[in-house]
Amino acid sequence: MNRALQRGFFFLGLAGVLAATVGCGGGSSGTTNTGGGGNTGSGSPVSNVQSITVNTGPTAGAPYNNPYVDGAFTSVTVCVPGSTSNCQTISGILVDTGSSGLRILSSALTISLPQQTGSNGNPVVECFPFVDGVTWGPVATTDMTIAGEKAKSLPIQVIGSSSFPIVPQGCTSNGPPEEDLANLGANGILGVGTFAQDCGSACTTSGGSNPGVYYECPSSGCAVTTESISSQVPNPVILFASDNNGVLIQLPSVSGAETTVTGSLIFGIGTQSNNALGSATVYTIDPSSGNFTTVYNGISYTDSSFIDSGSNGIYFLDSNTTGFPACADASYWYCPSSTQNLSATNKGSNGATGSVSFVVGNADTLTANLSDAAVNGLAGPDPGTIDWGLPFFFGRAVFTSIEGQDTPAGAGPFWAY
Amino acid sequence: MNSRTLSGLFVILALPFPLLASLGGDTTSVQADQAKMQGSRLTTSSDSFTVHEIQASTGIAVKEYVSPAGKVFAVTWQGPAHPDLRQLLGTYFDQYSQAVQAQRAHRHGHGPLLIQLPGLVVQSAGHPRSFLGRAYVPQMLPAGVRVEDLR
Repeated sequence: MNRALQRGFFFLGLAGVLAATVGCGGGSSGTTNTGGGGNTGSGSPVSNVQSITVNTGPTAGAPYNNPYVDGAFTSVTVCVPGSTSNCQTISGILVDTGSSGLRILSSALTISLPQQTGSNGNPVVECFPFVDGVTWGPVATTDMTIAGEKAKSLPIQVIGSSSFPIVPQGCTSNGPPEEDLANLGANGILGVGTFAQDCGSACTTSGGSNPGVYYECPSSGCAVTTESISSQVPNPVILFASDNNGVLIQLPSVSGAETTVTGSLIFGIGTQSNNALGSATVYTIDPSSGNFTTVYNGISYTDSSFIDSGSNGIYFLDSNTTGFPACADASYWYCPSSTQNLSATNKGSNGATGSVSFVVGNADTLTANLSDAAVNGLAGPDPGTIDWGLPFFFGRAVFTSIEGQDTPAGAGPFWAY
Repeated sequence: MNSRTLSGLFVILALPFPLLASLGGDTTSVQADQAKMQGSRLTTSSDSFTVHEIQASTGIAVKEYVSPAGKVFAVTWQGPAHPDLRQLLGTYFDQYSQAVQAQRAHRHGHGPLLIQLPGLVVQSAGHPRSFLGRAYVPQMLPAGVRVEDLR
C-alpha cells in the first residue's frame, strides 16, 4: 500500500473515534513528559535509534518474583491524540518481531486514551491470539513517540481494561488470557513484525472466514465484528513519517548467561546512514504465513520457521529429531549434558541461503541464576517448526521489513542479517 | 507421514459438510459437533487409525485421529488462527488452560507451548497468522502408532 493511500485510510479510521476513553488503570506511576523528540522538518533526519535492554523485566521483583529471561525491553511514550502534555512514558515494553501492533496493559496506563468505536457506534474490543495465550481489551487511539519517531492517531490495544472485564468464550477458546502483569510479564508488547496490521484482510470479512479477532461490545454483550484495515491495530512503524519500512535490531554477542545487555532498535531500512542493509543477506518470506524455510540435519522445514525476538529461546523440533533431552523439570526446554554448537541453513523464498551457527546449552544450568537475563543457549522443543527467538539476535544485526513497504532491496516482507 | 503409515491408506469420501469431534470423544460425538467449522472433510484410513481432515473456512486445517476402538486419540491443526481449542480439546480443555497458566509462572518469558501431563500432551507453536499444534492422550494411542505420525 502506498503512503497516500495509508493516510487516506488513516483519516477514515479517525472518524470512528469518539470521546469515550479507556485506560487509567492507575496502578503504576508512569512519568509524564511533554511530547519527546520530534521531526525537525523536511530534509532533517529524525533520531531513529531506540535503546533496548535485555533485563529481568517488570516482574522481576516482589510480588511477582518472576524474572524474565531473554526478553528485550524498551519504553514508549503515549499521548492523548493531539496533546503534547497529556502523555506518559511506559517502560518494560517487550520488543516483539513476531507480532504487529502496540499493546499496553491497562494497569500500566495512567492517562485515558479515546476508545475506538465500530460501525454501529459501539466500543471495539480485541481478542489477539498469541501462541501462548490471548490478550483481551479495547482498541484505543494514541499519538505514540519512540526515539524521534511519531505515529499519530495510532490504534493500539489496551489489555485487561476494567471496562470489559469478561473475556468472551469465543476468545478464551484460543487459549488462556494474559490480562495482567503477572501473566504478560511485560507492561506491554511492541509488535514490529513483518505484517502491516495485526490481523489483515481476514478481519475485514464477515461470516465463517473471519478469525474472530475484533469484537463490538454494546452493553448487551460482545460479538465478533469486521474491522477495516485502517482501523486495525497496525505495526506502528508504518505510521511514521519516515523510516517506516521496517526495523533493525542490534544486540551484542552473549556468552552463556549474562546479567544484562543493551542494544538498539533502529527504525527504517536503508533510510539513514545507520540502517543500511550493507552486506546483509535478504531472505524474503512467505507473505501469508510470515515464515521462511530452515534446513536442519538435511531435513527441510519448508515455510515453517521464523525469526521472533518475542520468543525467549530458540525453539526447534523435538528430542527425537535433535537428540537433546528435555529438562526433567521443564518439558519446554532442552537440557543437553554439555553445550552443543550447531548449525542450520535458512532459505528465503528468493532463493537466498545462509548458514546459521547457534548454541544449545543446558537450560537448567543457564537459568540457575535468575539475575542473569541475557542467556545464549536457551532452547527448547517446538515440534515441526523452528522459532529463532531472542538468542538468534545476539551478535547479529537483524532487519525485519514490513509487507508492502519499499526498501533498497525491494518491497517487504523479508528478514535480512 | 512416513511411507509405512501411508501404505494401505485410501480415501473413503470427501464430504461438503463439517465435522468436529473432541479429544477423547467417540465417533458418535462427531455428529453432535457438526456445523462448528464451515468447511470440507476428507477421511482416510489405515490399519492403525482413521483420520478425519477438516479444512475450515478460516483456513485452519484440523486432523482428528480416531482409533479402531472409535475414540479420538489425537488432534492436530495448522493455519492462520488457532482452532476452537475448547471444542477440539473437549473435556481436556480446562486441564490444558490450567497447565498453560502454571507454565507461565516458571517459563520466565514467552514462547511456544509444550504441555506434558501424565494424561495429556499439547504442543502449540507458531506466531500470529501462522499457528500449528498437536494434542494427544498418550494412553489412547493405538499400538504401533508413533507421535511423529500425527502431523
